[in-house]
This record gives sequence, C-alpha cells and structure tokens, in this order.
Amino acid sequence: MPKATDYQLPTTNYQLPTTDYPLSAQQMLIFQHARPGRRAYAQAPLTAPAADDLPAEVLRQAPPPLPEVSELDVVRHYTGLSQKNFSIDTQFYPLGSCTMKYNPRACNSLALLPQFLARHPLADADTGQGFLTCLHELQEMLKEVTGMAAVSMAPMAGAHGEFAGVAMIRAYHDARGDAARREIIVPDAAHGTNPATATMCGYTVKEIPTDRQGNVDLEALKAAVGPQTAGLMLTNPSTLGVFEKTIVAIQKIVHEAGGLTYYDGANLNAILGRVRPGDMGFDVIHMNLHKTFSTPHGGGGPGAGPVGVSERLRPFLPVPYVVQEQDSYRLARMADCPQSIGPMSAFGGNMGVLLRAWVYARMLGGKGMARVAEFAALNANYLAAELKRAGFDLAFPERRASHEFIVTLKKLKDDTGVSAMDFAKRLLDYGFHAPTTYFPMLVPECLLIEPTETESKETLDAFVAAMVAVKREAEGQPDLVKSAPHTLPARRLDDVKAARELDLVWKAA
Amino acid sequence: MPFIPHTESDVAAMLASIGAPSLDALFDEIPPDLNCGGLAGIPEGLSEMAVTRLTQERAARDGFYLNFLGAGAYEHHIPAAVWQIVTRGEFYSAYTPYQAEASQGTLQLLYEYQTMMAGLTGLDVSNASLYDGASALAEAVLMAVRASKAGIRRVLVPATVHPRYLAVARTTVKNQGIELVGVPFDPASGLTDPAALEALGAEPAAALVIPQPNFFGRLEAVDALTDWAHAHAMLAIALVNPLSLALLKPPGQWGSKGADICVGDGQPLGVPLSSGGPYFGFMTARQALVRQMPGRIVGRTVDLDGQPGFALTLQAREQHIRRSKATSNICTNQGLLVTAATLHMALLGPEGLKNVALSSHANTRALVDKLTAIPGVERVFPGPFFHEAVIRVSSPVPEVLRALRAQGILGGYDLGLDYPELAGCILVCATETRTDGDLAQYAQQLERILSRRREAPPCAYK
Repeated sequence: MPKATDYQLPTTNYQLPTTDYPLSAQQMLIFQHARPGRRAYAQAPLTAPAADDLPAEVLRQAPPPLPEVSELDVVRHYTGLSQKNFSIDTQFYPLGSCTMKYNPRACNSLALLPQFLARHPLADADTGQGFLTCLHELQEMLKEVTGMAAVSMAPMAGAHGEFAGVAMIRAYHDARGDAARREIIVPDAAHGTNPATATMCGYTVKEIPTDRQGNVDLEALKAAVGPQTAGLMLTNPSTLGVFEKTIVAIQKIVHEAGGLTYYDGANLNAILGRVRPGDMGFDVIHMNLHKTFSTPHGGGGPGAGPVGVSERLRPFLPVPYVVQEQDSYRLARMADCPQSIGPMSAFGGNMGVLLRAWVYARMLGGKGMARVAEFAALNANYLAAELKRAGFDLAFPERRASHEFIVTLKKLKDDTGVSAMDFAKRLLDYGFHAPTTYFPMLVPECLLIEPTETESKETLDAFVAAMVAVKREAEGQPDLVKSAPHTLPARRLDDVKAARELDLVWKAA
Repeated sequence: MPFIPHTESDVAAMLASIGAPSLDALFDEIPPDLNCGGLAGIPEGLSEMAVTRLTQERAARDGFYLNFLGAGAYEHHIPAAVWQIVTRGEFYSAYTPYQAEASQGTLQLLYEYQTMMAGLTGLDVSNASLYDGASALAEAVLMAVRASKAGIRRVLVPATVHPRYLAVARTTVKNQGIELVGVPFDPASGLTDPAALEALGAEPAAALVIPQPNFFGRLEAVDALTDWAHAHAMLAIALVNPLSLALLKPPGQWGSKGADICVGDGQPLGVPLSSGGPYFGFMTARQALVRQMPGRIVGRTVDLDGQPGFALTLQAREQHIRRSKATSNICTNQGLLVTAATLHMALLGPEGLKNVALSSHANTRALVDKLTAIPGVERVFPGPFFHEAVIRVSSPVPEVLRALRAQGILGGYDLGLDYPELAGCILVCATETRTDGDLAQYAQQLERILSRRREAPPCAYK
C-alpha cells in the first residue's frame, strides 16, 4: 500500500518571473497597445461607400473607442492572456460539481466543419438535414440515458434547463387549474441556481435539511409537503457527493402530495448507464452537457442544458425540439405544441455545443458511457481513500463517494488558522486547480473534489502529494499558505476593493 | 472508453486501496432494483476516424448557400485569428474564473470586453454576457421591473422588435406576473406608431423597449422615443445590432438623457451562424443600475503586492450567494463567444468595424435597387434603414424562396410567418461578404422566377 510520502511531487508547470515588474507587456490592456491609425488591414474593407442616405442625427459622431492595433498585436496579446489561465488542457482541475473532464479535440474540430458554421438558423430544414440528423440522434440518446419520455435541447445552460423544468411544472399545475401550488421544496445542500430558478418561475422556496448521513431528511420532507407543494428539486447524487438512498421514497412522498419531481442532473456523470431518473419516477431532469458530455466550459460557457420529461410533462416541453417525419427532420415550433412553455432563445439553442456533445456520445457509445460512471466513481473513491489515509477528514467517511467527495478542513482551520480558501490557493502554486471551496455550505471549511474519469492514477497520486505538502506547510508555516498563491500571475486579489471601488470599464488616463 | 487512461493494474491497485472487490461494488449504496443494466439503446462507440467520416458526410449533405437572409443572424467575415485563439485549450477548457489568481487571462479579457461594449453602446457598465439577444431582452425587462420604485410590472414592447425575441421574453417573464404590452407599428412606415404609443402610455409602465434598427431594418426615432419614455417615468431599453453602432448613434446618447439599458445579440461580432448558436447576449447600462444587473461582472482591483489584477465582482447579486433573492438564476453564460467577440472587435478596430457596417449597408442598398428594378418587386417602408430592408414580391413568398433555394440562394425571411399583414413581403440583407456578382445572381434568379410564374401561373399546370 503506498504511503503519502512515496508520492513524487511534480514540479509546477507554472513559471513566472519573480522580479518586481512595472506595467509590463504582460499586464497591459489591449487598449494600451493601441496607436492612432494602426489597423489589421486584412480584416475589413479599407474603404467603404458613405451612408449618404442616412440623416446626420442618427449617425455616430465620434468613432467607438475600440483599440487601434495590428493583427500581430491582437494575436500576441490574447495568446499571452490565455497563458495566464489554468485549464483542463494544462492542469488537473478537480473542481467539484463541475465535471472538468478532458474535452476531446475531435468534438471541436467536427463541430467547426464549414458547412455547419455557415448554416443560417432561419434557413429551411431541407438545407440542414445532415445537421438535424445529428441533433435528432443526440436527442434520442439523451432519452435513453435518462429514461425519460421526451427531450428538448432548447435550454442553453444548466440554470436555463432548470428554468425550463420548473416552468413546465408550473404550466402543468396551471393547466389543471391547480393554482394553490406555489412552493418549491429544495434541500439545503442544493446549488444556488435551484432556489433562484424557483423564484424566476414565480414560486416561493421551502428549504429542507439534510441528515447527518448526507441524505434528505425524510421526516422533514413529509412535514414540508402539502397542497401548496408544486414540486421538489433534487440533485442526485447530491452535492455532498453521495447517492440519495431513499430516492424512491422521496419521489413518492412528493407525488402523493400532488407535487412533481425535478431531477437536477448536474451530477449525471456519476450514474450514466447505472440508474436513470425516468426509472426512478422523476418528472423532469436537466442535463449539463458541458459536464457529463464533455463540451468545453469555455471560461464560463457556452453550455447546454437539455431537459427530459415524463409523459405528463411532454405537452409543455420548450420549443424547438427535433421531430422526425418519415426520412426527414425539422424543428418543432409553437404550432406543433400549443401548450409549450415557449421558446427559450431566438434561434433554438446552442447548436454548436449540441454538435460537440453528439460527437462525444457517438465516440463513447452506450458501453463507453457506462464506463464513464464506473471510472469517475473509481477515481473519486480512490482519491478519497488515499486522502483519508494521508490524514484528511472526509465529511462523510462512512459513505461511498459518488463521482466526488468532500474533505473538511475544520480541524486544520481550528489548529492553524489556515482556511479552506487558503489551502485552495496554495494548491494553485503546486500546479493544481483548486477544488470547489465553501460549497456545499453546510460542511464547514470544505473542499468538494471531483477528479473525473479522464485522469490517470499518477495524476491523482501527485494531487495527494500536493495536498499532504500543503497540509504540512499549514502546520509548520501557516503564513506561507495564508498568503498563497506565490507563483501565479497575480497574488491574492482584493475582492473588497473590487466591489467597493467599482472599476468595470477602462478609461484612458 | 476512449478517454479513460487506466490500465488493468491501475484498476486493481486502486480497488485495493479503496478496499472494494470490483467496480460494481462502488455502486453498492444504490438500491439494486434501480440498476438499469447499461444503455443498450445507444449504438456502439466509434473511433475518431469513423466519427469524422460520418460527420463530414452529413456536413457535405448540407452544403453551402448564397445567403441574403439576416433577421437577427448575420453572415460576416470572421478573421482566422479569432477562432484559432479562442479554441486554445487555455480559453476553451477553462472554467468560470472563480479562482481569480488562476484565471487572470479570462478575467482581463472580460474586463476588456466590458470596456469595448460600454464604449460601443455609450453606456457606463457592462456584464460578461447572457445567453443570447432574446434572453438578454428578457433579462432587461426583469431588470427594469426590479428597478421600478413604484413596483410597476408592465413593459411596452413595439411590434417592430424581433418576434422571436418577444416570444422568448414572454416565456421568461410570464410566471412573474409581468405584462408585455405590444405597441403597433405604422403600416406606412414600418416604425413604432407614436399615436398608439401615446395611448398606451396613459397607464404606467416600467420601461419602453426601443429597437434600432428595428426588425424591418428601419431606423426608429430613437431620440424622441427615449425622451418620451423618460417623460413617462419609464426606463428606455435599447435593443440594438452591435455592428450598427460603429455607424449609428450609441444608445447612451439617445435623446436628452440617453437610454438606460442596452441589450442585443453579439453574433455579428465574430460568431459564426451555426444554425442559431451558440451566440451571446450583451447588456450594458447606466452606472446607477449596476447592482440590478444579472450575470457575471469583472472588476479591476489590486493584489497583495498592489499590482493590478482582475476578479469577479458584485457577486452578492448572483445565485451562488443570494440563492432565491438573486437578480437572475443565470450561472454559466456564453464566455467563449465573448472571447471571440473581444478578439473580433480588437482586430477590426473602430475603422474596420465602421467599414464593415458601411459596406453591408451599401450592399443592401444596391441589392434593394437591383431587386426593385424587377417587374413585380417593390420596396416596402420607405425611409432610412440599416443593412436590411423589406421588399414585396408579386408571387407567393414561400414559392419564391423555395425556387431561389433550388438555385442555391437563401433569398431572405418570409415576414408573413410572423406578420399576417405582411404576407408577400421578404426581409432581405446583403452583408459585406456579398459581391456585386452575388447581388446580380440573386436579381437574375428572382427575375426569372417571377417572370416564369407570370407567364405560367400554377393553375396552368392543373
């Protein structure tokens, strides 16, 4: 059995100058590279006919304050900026609840085929049968993955999918004239998007507690449901990294009270090919394709948040979705489904993201998807076991980890003053992206760690070594950890100043 | 399992460490009767070579068209550098920049983006993007309602706003008891009808939406509309095509006080058509409204050494902090598209962007001149427009567009789909990417189609 001390600590792959530098080229804004009259001459017409048909009062008087730079200025500046980022392609990124797995390059290059890029969203379906065939296949595969009766891929992110789901729940109750149902039940461990979504759909939120084993408190749930219950939003495996063992009972309690059940599919990676929300009796699920189906996070999007529904919610699906008519495909519009909650975007959704997810799904196949859950679970449980062995406290040591798990640094904080945030920042110096910190909020000083299935044992071992090293530093030289990071393009940033002295837009001195 | 690196001995060692007899045992907390036993309905996996072949065949089936279709999505030249840099792994595979020190690249880029959008729209602050132009409009409506001190939940939306944007706004706001009131347009001008607006203004509203150019390409009387909104204690929400702002007066300068919020779709700034997405929505506003804004915002600050750096800020507005009281539920936005737009705007610069706008406008003018010279084609809604215009044809539009498509031409948008009173009308657009030869080809084919139909109307075949 390996011991923590056996691990080789990798050298950090983040090398930066340590000298005091004034405002160097690396820190300049694109606007500071600009010189009047400079241009990227290849990129726009050099001259253009005047708009002599337009009256002066509609015209802009001064040119927009965009930078005047050359093409090389732009390429060098933004290449330089990219190098200041951590990313999956450059670092292990064990960010819990975000599923930062490898984004296969083929998914990108095939989604960027020129015919796909050139197709206008309002062009008729007969100009896009190849594209729509891919979309329809993805839609059908997502039905199979979730066990739901129907799927719409209209939502453009997880929270957008949540909105669609809760709006459908509301449309269902409204269609039955059941106007008293005004409350959505959300466990306290839920993502913030769940309560925020309920509010956007005009509902009030009732939070219920989690028991000491990390499960939804069934007694509290029974006490919470009633004729005012519109539905329950549940993440499973939960944000605590464990499977809700009583999920069928939870679903029944809500349904017997007349509410519907929403399955937040943020953690779908953990159950692919293992269990299906449809089989568990749920009415609606959203999937984050930028998590489970490995489309890129892109520094904050675009994502895609398809929703799957049970038979009773089918009439309310957001448009468009793909319909098959004999051998051809087209996108459904409101005329096809008058009870739909409506469209969620001008042109139907994040099509290029859906294409990437389709490529990924076709490369994995059904068996490959089931392997994803197995190896995500293997990596999470291995990492949890090794960290426990190395002296870290797991939040739920007696539970099986799903695809992620929580380490609590409460004892370390009490002993040394080093917080989970300090610890996370110091991990950056070791070349590892930090785990998710301070979420879920009910575990003090928590690190939510999700290794994903695409990481090797060696990477996980190196991460354990870094965790051990930081723990030792915290015990021996806490100030070193509290003032981390030390080797990144910026040191700890002043968030208070950022919020108090708002500087959101650069102004030339 | 194409992307899983584990060897058999890795698996054995890892299971031993865990103390689990098998991979299956890792799922022993899941009630066994729930096990679905795999995904038999999903086909076998494909190699990269095989999936490449399959995808290329499907893409080839779709082919290319000569595009005169706009209606909210525009074909513009995108510099090669844009997407080569955007798809660098360090941008492409990074997460939302919550760990600021490890995300200075994305954060600085977003700060530069916010600066560019604020400058382009003439307003003070910008967020870091929303899903698309339609959802940005919906968020602007919600923001105006939040900002309404009198708690008014009624917003005026002209019928000259993109009909799909209006539909999305309805989906988004209807459950919060917000009323979107349509303002009819003058059938002679294609502009928001001032008399109708005056009548609707008798009741309080939180905001008036002002599209510029409007869905028909017409330039609305933005100064008068903005002043009217303010005189009626409403916020003015500008809905614009960002490219047009290289040429047209920025919303921050509309009327005597300027628009309060500006939204739109960023697609014309470096984002390919891609069957409708991913695009991105942008939002800028007056400083006083910044705490009502939805979505992520980046601020410039300093680090422990006093060096400049960047971080997400005003996060107390957002769902991960504020939960049910957040300004919006938005979390993931359209970051990578904003990356593209920032590079695109930097590469084009003020002159380049203006010349793209001017060339697009000149091409559309030339197209309209060529088309209206054909017997049976006339211009609808005379008066100033930007890079998109309405024509009426003497034959049924669906047939005309189908016949053009058969010749590889997307002839424009059938306005009868959304406006029954505009049956027979087509919204046409020719961006800077169209050549004189392209315009001539469209005109030649349209003339042939219309004349053939005049000579042999469909009943002749019966």
